[in-house]
Amino acid sequence: MLRAEGIVKTFFKGGANEVRALNNVSLSLAEGEFVTVIGSNGAGKSTFLGAVAGVFPVDQGRIFLNNEDMTAWPEWQRAAGIGRVFQDPAQGTCPGATIEQNLALALKRGQPRGLGPGVRRQDRELFREQLARLGLGLENRLRDPAGLLSGGQRQALSMLMAVLVKPRLLLLDEHTAALDPKTAGQVLDLTVRLVEELGLSTLMVTHNMRQAIGLGQRLVMFHRGEIVLDIRGEEKRNLRVEDLLQRFSEVRGEEFTSDRALLT
Amino acid sequence: MTSYAFFGSLEQGFAFGLMVLGVYLTFRVLDFPDLTVDGSLPLGAAVSAVAIDAGVHPALSLVWACGAGFLAGAVTGFLNTRLRILHLLASILTMIALYSVNLRIMGRPNLTLLGKPTLVDLFTTASGLPQYLATPLLFALVTVFAAGVLIWFLRTELGLALLATGDNPRMIRALGVNTGNTVILGLGLSNALTAMSGALVAQNQGGADVNMGVGTIVAGLASVILGETVFGRRSVARAVLAAILGSLLYRLAIGLALGLKLGSFSITPSDLNLITALLVVLALTAPRMKAKVFS
Repeated sequence: MLRAEGIVKTFFKGGANEVRALNNVSLSLAEGEFVTVIGSNGAGKSTFLGAVAGVFPVDQGRIFLNNEDMTAWPEWQRAAGIGRVFQDPAQGTCPGATIEQNLALALKRGQPRGLGPGVRRQDRELFREQLARLGLGLENRLRDPAGLLSGGQRQALSMLMAVLVKPRLLLLDEHTAALDPKTAGQVLDLTVRLVEELGLSTLMVTHNMRQAIGLGQRLVMFHRGEIVLDIRGEEKRNLRVEDLLQRFSEVRGEEFTSDRALLT
Repeated sequence: MTSYAFFGSLEQGFAFGLMVLGVYLTFRVLDFPDLTVDGSLPLGAAVSAVAIDAGVHPALSLVWACGAGFLAGAVTGFLNTRLRILHLLASILTMIALYSVNLRIMGRPNLTLLGKPTLVDLFTTASGLPQYLATPLLFALVTVFAAGVLIWFLRTELGLALLATGDNPRMIRALGVNTGNTVILGLGLSNALTAMSGALVAQNQGGADVNMGVGTIVAGLASVILGETVFGRRSVARAVLAAILGSLLYRLAIGLALGLKLGSFSITPSDLNLITALLVVLALTAPRMKAKVFS
């Protein structure tokens, strides 16, 4: 499925602020595997997602999706196989376009866009049906600009847009972090439902340890640009926050420090 | 304002309306401040005039002008998206380069069309209307048709991708759109419209002049902002129509200002760029000042 081999990425190379954000990171995902990614600020988890999505070129290493080497592909080309949801709800939708136009844009992911009508009549049925599953009443607001929606509604819409055309890989970059706890819970439920239903291979970055432990079949922890823990199977199912903290200090010989990760 | 001056303003409003549509496309849709128009307006005029001078049908000369304008816009897009030059600077570079290109095309600073057939002549004869009515009608037909095409285009798959490129480039890249290409396409279309506008103006005033583009962007911005202030921009169709109406309002306001006399002081055409610049400054800052006053 996804195979990243020896990814190295340094920002501000040669400058005073040089940061090695990814230091020889390798990770493989099996088909349909749901992996949660955790780590403190600056650990490299979001950078890794960016490297996979092609937001920037990597310095070293190769990235394969379904055995196709896409290391040299630009972001828009990789999008054919990758669905993404960002942390900022404003980033996932077009505020000036209507809900149905946003969905129509998502329906064409990975396909050439021509001079056919942007929103087709027969697609509206599909949009209504899909929006109804969110339970937010958006199916009756197809022609409202997405900019009128609340953060939670927008994030739910972004989630739907990311999977409207089934992606080979779903990348979720702290997509509930900017929402209030109740809305975050709803968007998370929706995420789990869609991922399970469609059997999506998923990488979900989160700051929240409980989320990382409670969801998915595998947990990966980043620290200082490296993957320091990779927990799966039986061990993942029985994992508790204390275990995770202990495992971390065993591996690194230091305490895990991230208030945000521990308190949420 | 005499009725003659009124129809003259309408005529200008519609002729420059094509340019205003172009400025709307870059400034509002793509969020790209594009100064290329100062060069592509005279480019369209020059290409059209040279073509007519060489015996090309005046209607066909518009197609040539559009093609040239599209290329000019595409150059700015290329400089910005492929060579990573700041958008404003990229457009200034193209604009400056076009000054030389336009001189080359015409072979001299201006080219008169006296004695040559223009669209205005042909339409006036064909319609049987007096010229002061026929000209605004002709330009209205052309501009409204172009607006219709633009509205249609912005609702196609590609048009939506263009809207999204200006609105949220990060999202639309994640949905598989090469935003570099959509920016180049949008700039090309915008400058094609502007060049066509220049061609109409040249055919109307009987010739092309290399300096006729000075202040185009400012007039375009003033028209776009004026239009959306008065008519709103809630939907794309409304914003496009507002751009044309803004162009009409702007030219009417200019027409009125030119007739103004305060004692021995009167406004001359050479004052227009200053007045327009002040108008744009006012229009751009007014919303913020209004917010401050009422907060």
